[in-house]
Amino acid sequence: MDAGSLTWVLVSAAMVLFMTPGLAFFYGGMDRERNVLNMLMMNFYCVLIVPVLWMILGYSLAQGGSGNFIGNFDFLFLDGIGILDDNGGQLATIAFLGMFAAITPALISGAVADRMKFSAWAIFVPLWLLLVYVPVFKWVYGGWLGDRGSLDFAGGTAIHVNAGIAALAAVLVLGKRKGWPKEGQPPHSMPLVMIGTGILWFGWFGFNAGSALAANGQATQAFMNTFLAAAAAGLVWVVVEWKRDGHPTNLGAASGIVAGLVAITPAAGYVSGAAPLVIGGIAGLVCCYAVKLKSKFLFDDALDVVGVHFVGGLVGSLLIGFFANPEFFDGTFEEGIFYGGDAGLLLEQAIANLSAIVWSFAITFVIMVVLKKTIGVRVDEQVETTGLDFGLHGESAYH
Amino acid sequence: MKLITAIIKPFKLDDVKDALKAAGVQGLTVSEVRGFGRQGGHSETYRGAEYKIDFVPKVRFELVVEDGAVDPVIAAIKAAASTGKIGDGKIWITDIDRLIRIRTGEEGPDAI
Repeated sequence: MDAGSLTWVLVSAAMVLFMTPGLAFFYGGMDRERNVLNMLMMNFYCVLIVPVLWMILGYSLAQGGSGNFIGNFDFLFLDGIGILDDNGGQLATIAFLGMFAAITPALISGAVADRMKFSAWAIFVPLWLLLVYVPVFKWVYGGWLGDRGSLDFAGGTAIHVNAGIAALAAVLVLGKRKGWPKEGQPPHSMPLVMIGTGILWFGWFGFNAGSALAANGQATQAFMNTFLAAAAAGLVWVVVEWKRDGHPTNLGAASGIVAGLVAITPAAGYVSGAAPLVIGGIAGLVCCYAVKLKSKFLFDDALDVVGVHFVGGLVGSLLIGFFANPEFFDGTFEEGIFYGGDAGLLLEQAIANLSAIVWSFAITFVIMVVLKKTIGVRVDEQVETTGLDFGLHGESAYH
Repeated sequence: MKLITAIIKPFKLDDVKDALKAAGVQGLTVSEVRGFGRQGGHSETYRGAEYKIDFVPKVRFELVVEDGAVDPVIAAIKAAASTGKIGDGKIWITDIDRLIRIRTGEEGPDAI
């Protein structure tokens, strides 16, 4: 890897690491004041356990060999990965991908907020990483889904759709928060939410533009797309809710920004021109309504992981079928419908997402059921009522 | 001696404090409290879901004054805390049996 690219990948990796605390604040602010530390800990736990697993066997299973469905054990403990032949390029890539592996299970924490036992979460994360994230990642990047021609630049299918549908499976086993949906549980600190949003947006430039794994034009276009899609989605969400609910809210702006970032993630290195504005705008509009699904169908996705990450990821991933522009990137991927292609790419996008959805939902559901039958997944009623911060961690956020 | 308790809108805190100082009050205690009166709470909307906030943030003033100072203090609070809109708050007056200054042991009006 050349020096410029290596520098960009390393910087991007650090930026992606920063997204996990960003996510923690984004979720933590939306949580109640008695559960905010539990939320932060669920997120920080992911950057404790995942790097260790990634080094021991995660990377090897996710990228080793040329298997269609799962990697191999060639790189256990990163065996044989040197820094001399390629200027450290492969090791930088492994670090970069490790950050992605860490934030993906963290996304699910927003759905199970306020009621999941930390011991259950502590076991859920490594199991989910190895049984769901790693295989789906391999299918998309170097496995059968990628080979069929589906596109996922920075993890729309492998990360957001994957974690989003897992969040749905998890809350179906976990059950609703006490009192929901009758009792209101509004965010306890909107300033925390906004700080988290800012950190996420900043880190997302590394997430998307870093996924070019090079300092080149594609990285630059991915950077610009990340900039524009988030702005467009935030704008649309705020306008819609201003008209619909009466006020332009901070939470609407934050939610729109994140929805736009999620939606542009799979498309970032394949679209250009006004496409990021359209993809972001559609994501803002669709997700603004999708967050209402939980009240209609009564699944308690506490902080809207399904409505924002699953739906946003799906929207962005499917829109690639319309907007992919290989000529602009001098790329070998298929054209989207608006650039002279047929519906083939759109179909591949649908197949890829459907496959990820089925696997992720089923395996997550099984993991949660097994945990429920063995150590239990829910805190007892007293802890849920008095707060998980003190009940599980012996700490209080505010005195 | 009387204890004067006033519940006011939080943003009127400084106005009321200044008015009371101008009226000659030498000490008072404030606390941040939550509650509702006839106006009930209010509702807030997050991601399109409406939440009823029953307890609205308020500020509570407490001060002890001599009997003769009660009316001017009430007048000062009323003038400073009033917006004319619903939720301006209330003032109530309570008899005080004893008042003791901890440092000197003085009792009664001397301890005010």
